[in-house]
Amino acid sequence: MIDFLISIVSLTIPAGTALLYGTLGEVYAERSGVLNLGVEGMMIMGAVTGFAVTTATGNALLGILAAAIIGVLMSLVHAFASVTLRVNQVVSGLALTMLGLGISGMMGKRFIGLPLAGRLTPLDIPVLSDLPILGPMFFRFNILVYFSILLVPLLWFILYKTHWGITLRSVGENPAAADAMGINVSLVRYLAVMFGGMLAGLGGAYLSVAYAPAWIEGMTAGAGWIVIALTIFSLWDPRRALLGAYLFGGVRVLQFFLQPLGISPNLLNMLPFLLTIVVLWMISEQAFRRRIGVPAALMQPYSREER
Amino acid sequence: MKSFRLRMERRLEAPRAAQVRALAVSLFLALIVIGLLFALLGVNPFYAYQRILVGGFGSLYGLSETIAKAIPLALAGAGLSLAFRARVYNIGAEGQLLIGAIFGGVVALNFPEWPRLALMPTMFLAGFLGGALWASIPALLKARFRVDEVLTTLMMVYIASDVVRYLVYGPLRGPEERGFPYSSRFSATAQLPHIDITRIHYPTLILAILAAILLYLLLERTKLGYEIRVAGENPAAARYAGMDTQKIIVIVLLISGGLAGMAGVGEVAGIHARLSPPEGISPGYGFTAIIVAWLARLNPLATLLTAFLIGGLLVGGDAIQVALNLPAATIQVFNGVILLFVIAGDIFTRYRIRLEKQA
Repeated sequence: MIDFLISIVSLTIPAGTALLYGTLGEVYAERSGVLNLGVEGMMIMGAVTGFAVTTATGNALLGILAAAIIGVLMSLVHAFASVTLRVNQVVSGLALTMLGLGISGMMGKRFIGLPLAGRLTPLDIPVLSDLPILGPMFFRFNILVYFSILLVPLLWFILYKTHWGITLRSVGENPAAADAMGINVSLVRYLAVMFGGMLAGLGGAYLSVAYAPAWIEGMTAGAGWIVIALTIFSLWDPRRALLGAYLFGGVRVLQFFLQPLGISPNLLNMLPFLLTIVVLWMISEQAFRRRIGVPAALMQPYSREER
Repeated sequence: MKSFRLRMERRLEAPRAAQVRALAVSLFLALIVIGLLFALLGVNPFYAYQRILVGGFGSLYGLSETIAKAIPLALAGAGLSLAFRARVYNIGAEGQLLIGAIFGGVVALNFPEWPRLALMPTMFLAGFLGGALWASIPALLKARFRVDEVLTTLMMVYIASDVVRYLVYGPLRGPEERGFPYSSRFSATAQLPHIDITRIHYPTLILAILAAILLYLLLERTKLGYEIRVAGENPAAARYAGMDTQKIIVIVLLISGGLAGMAGVGEVAGIHARLSPPEGISPGYGFTAIIVAWLARLNPLATLLTAFLIGGLLVGGDAIQVALNLPAATIQVFNGVILLFVIAGDIFTRYRIRLEKQA
């Protein structure tokens, strides 16, 4: 039983890590009032770039850095379209996803089936990794897993306890008021979307450089859409993003254990999306929205002239 | 140092000619950017474009395939243009298409001996109901609880995919399929007739043309259409005028979902002749239909033309896969860049853009 628990936990955390990166980034983007449906596209570009640069340099950290940069570049397209040009955010995000899937497919063709030289290996934390039970559960992951976990309290703290966080949230809740207070609404939105792109790129690189580690066309396989769902499920809170990412990562792991028992993996797969619809329904209640601080200006372009 | 600032002034209704010009310029720029991307990725863009053109439009076979692919795009796209006109962003046509395919398929599998004249309309009706049913959940949530339809319709796509997968791996799997995730083959009367040796299943084509005409008339000639347009262009005005915006939301979602569902029936009964996992039923027609609607500037009649163009692009995409040994995802580069440029091009018709010097 203990062994079973150990294997579930030690498989769930890596399975949820890409989702965690993506969700943390999208939480920040949406907190600024910009919905970016391009997460899937940015993640897959991060995955292919991470793989390509790691292969070329033999250095996984360079690959991860390149993936973060490509994520930012991709997100700039969305930021320019939705913040500067104020086009429909939904369509622009969808276009970004299509673009990412297309370019990554073309870029990655030559990497299909190649082993990755210089993959990110687990980093056993001294002493802690030797602990019985807890060691194999929590302290034998690669550095990207640890980093994602460290990001959670950090991003939570910034969002709720610092001036930056207040600025970000005010832009997402009432851009006109933020503008009146002298906040540069466009700049904040650009930075938030770019931060989201960076983390989506990291999440993608995690998949191809550490988790798989390989390049498979379309390897994100809808993780970007689960991120969109998780962002809502987490009610735009980094702590709940962690909970949600591991919950849904765990669902994927559990499939392998439940399938022999005759439980359909397809029905389990629906769960994140079903739960998200339920959450969307719950937060339609006005009082509840205000209590948890839903970004009220989500999907609304802001222009001083057209308030 | 002087700095510049983009200033955008909203224009009243842009003239039709300006709209068409903006669209042409957007498409042209998109093709240049795609060409540059191709060159960067080591593909000769001139050769690629030539193959696409020849593949999609250069032969009778290519044209027939283009029309076959345009059918689901036109059906779903016409419905989406109606919904988008009301500013109801149904981006879940893919899911509605899949559920429509299942509904039509279940009818086909259960009444294989019915004569075609009874079976075909029943299948399409079932498909419409299935798609509308799938859209009714976001419709209800939006109309009743003001839940944003973008996210709910999108989530419903992935739920639909899993439902389809569950069904074809389980209850709907054909007993003679030896473990493969397919339903039994449809009976001859459940399969749609084609034009000659092509894959153009003309009953669905006729439905697509009818849908485009009817939706155009609905939008431009009826009171409901007028209300849909006002609700989209000026929601506040619609409310002050006492229009029932909840009713509009429900109607446009049910119609767009239903038409996507019929497109699904066309695919399984006209092309595949059985049910299969979601990737086998549709290579993302429901999402591509968004581009079709947007390219048509949300005019249902114009979706017939844009569906034909995008259909040709899909066929040409298949051609360059073979000719240049490119992955199937290549066509998504076209989809993404074209969509970005078309929505950006809209800006130039809705706004006058000035570059202002600032001291």
